Amino acid sequence: MIEVKNIVKTYGSGESTLHALRGVNFKVSDGEFVAIMGPSGSGKSTLMHILGCLDTPTSGTYHLDNKDVSALSDDELAEIRRDKIGFVFQAFNLLPRTTVMKNVILPMMYSNLSEEEREKKARKSLFAAGFDESHFYHLSNQLSGGQIQRVAIARALANNPTLILADEPTGNLDTKTGKIVLDTFKRLNLEQGRTIILITHEPDVAIHANRIIHIIDGLIVEDKVNHHK
Amino acid sequence: MKTIDVITETFSALLANKVRTSLTMLGIIIGIGSVIAMVAIGQGAQASIESSIQSIGSNLIMITPGSQRGIGGYQAAGQRGSAKTLLQTDAEAVKKEIAGIKEIALELSGRYQITARGTNTNTSVIGTTPSYAAVRNVQTAKGGFISDQHIKTKAKVAVLGPTTAADLFGEGTQVIGQAIRINGMQFKIIGTTVEKGGSGFGNQDDIIYVPFSTAQQFLFGGEYVTSIDIEAESADLMTQIQEDITTLLRERHNITGDAASDFSIMNQNDIVQTASSITGTFTILLGAIAGISLLVGGIGIMNMMLTTVTERTREIGLRKAIGAKRKDINKQFIAEAIALTVMGGILGIIFGAIISFVVNYFGVLNTKVSVGSVLLAFGVSAAIGIIFGYYPARRAALLNPIDALRYE
Repeated sequence: MIEVKNIVKTYGSGESTLHALRGVNFKVSDGEFVAIMGPSGSGKSTLMHILGCLDTPTSGTYHLDNKDVSALSDDELAEIRRDKIGFVFQAFNLLPRTTVMKNVILPMMYSNLSEEEREKKARKSLFAAGFDESHFYHLSNQLSGGQIQRVAIARALANNPTLILADEPTGNLDTKTGKIVLDTFKRLNLEQGRTIILITHEPDVAIHANRIIHIIDGLIVEDKVNHHK
Repeated sequence: MKTIDVITETFSALLANKVRTSLTMLGIIIGIGSVIAMVAIGQGAQASIESSIQSIGSNLIMITPGSQRGIGGYQAAGQRGSAKTLLQTDAEAVKKEIAGIKEIALELSGRYQITARGTNTNTSVIGTTPSYAAVRNVQTAKGGFISDQHIKTKAKVAVLGPTTAADLFGEGTQVIGQAIRINGMQFKIIGTTVEKGGSGFGNQDDIIYVPFSTAQQFLFGGEYVTSIDIEAESADLMTQIQEDITTLLRERHNITGDAASDFSIMNQNDIVQTASSITGTFTILLGAIAGISLLVGGIGIMNMMLTTVTERTREIGLRKAIGAKRKDINKQFIAEAIALTVMGGILGIIFGAIISFVVNYFGVLNTKVSVGSVLLAFGVSAAIGIIFGYYPARRAALLNPIDALRYE
């Protein structure tokens, strides 16, 4: 469960102070599929960084699974990211010239799992992401865009996180492969009850979520259930 | 992060860019290799010089006519034509009055034209006493050395060094019993000496020994000697003996006060020590020059690691995003630097050993790769990895994941 209370984030000081977030409040229950929408510069990236524990808010609290993570140290945040959050990036960020399997195992290398256990979990994640078994040991640079993003999704699932955070996951994909990736998210949400937060500026992408939060100028302007679905 | 993971990650990262990895490693290989080779060569030179000094005898003190010159050094006074201030009676007095002397030998030497059956050579002729063999560590290969009987009878006999024998009669010819002419007088060859290998103190193989009394009467004339060679009973006594001889001879030669002595005394221990300290300095110098290339190699490592960190900024960002802690990132990059230097170090040790083997093989010097220098080289290369890997690794570890992920 995610609970964000009065989150403020400012950069710089004095006259050049930039207010990226000016008091954001919302809750996300387990199993929700939420899209956060907003134009560039709206503060949605900043919000994603805070939700992803890559950054801490200037003020306000952020509870992830009933634990306040808004004022943790760097290493404590790293542990939260490892255990509770799975990232899917716009730019995929797979390790180049490395096998699919190795890429999915990567997050587990930072937790103490045995070799077999890692591989078992990696296979499970890859299947969950709908990745074809015959490509498990292909190199990441031999894959198509859609396949790459599925590997990235499988990697995000590897440590069985509470929350999957996808930052413009279809931004670098064509409409067709983008659709496949979004369908994968939907399926994970429906079948496995994964909590997914999807950050995007495209309404066409946001429409796949069950709930859409609109953010403009660091404030939530709209938070509604998506009925078009 | 498990150690095994760090190791596999390190090797896959290093193998990802083989050319860069091997070129960077080459810097360390050359650095470590030259340190190993230079130290081996330096130590070889030291051993070779020491053994050639030792080959002239043990616990040797040499008194030569002519004054001592130079700062702390000994100017070995020349042979014929130089001062004739040292007399046979001086030698007798030294033998009688100085304690701690084991053997004493006289030398009367000069260069002469030698002829034998149509061949001829110019070499140094030493008139000496039987004790010379013991004092100067001369061994006869065939026949015998000069005996007391030869001295008594002023026999015209000669013992040839191996080079001289070969020059006059050709390699491997039976020379004992043959005759040679020194300064027009006929001498009978009674023996040849064992090859010593000439260096340091003139070629001791190109030499002819004749009885002292014979040389005195027929070749040189007069009562003087060109050198008195003394073997001390032990190395500890050498300084004392040297002082006693100085006092005695100055008294005998009526030299008082600050006046310079008309003879000089050479102490083998001093020479060995001086030579060792020179070759020691020489070894340090060679090692230091090689050390510079090691330093340059280390900078190469740092350069590569900084490039790698920049290139892999996004990867570092990703690793941090999925849960890598600072120390995990730090470990990974330090491990890469250490792996580079340690592998380079091992190859460098092999490379250095090969150089030293080649030097040895072609007989330039007897080099020896010491365990100490190998351990030192290994330690130094690991240290270079840590030192030059530290800064790039720290830079990687401190990267902000948000910025790192956005890095283009």
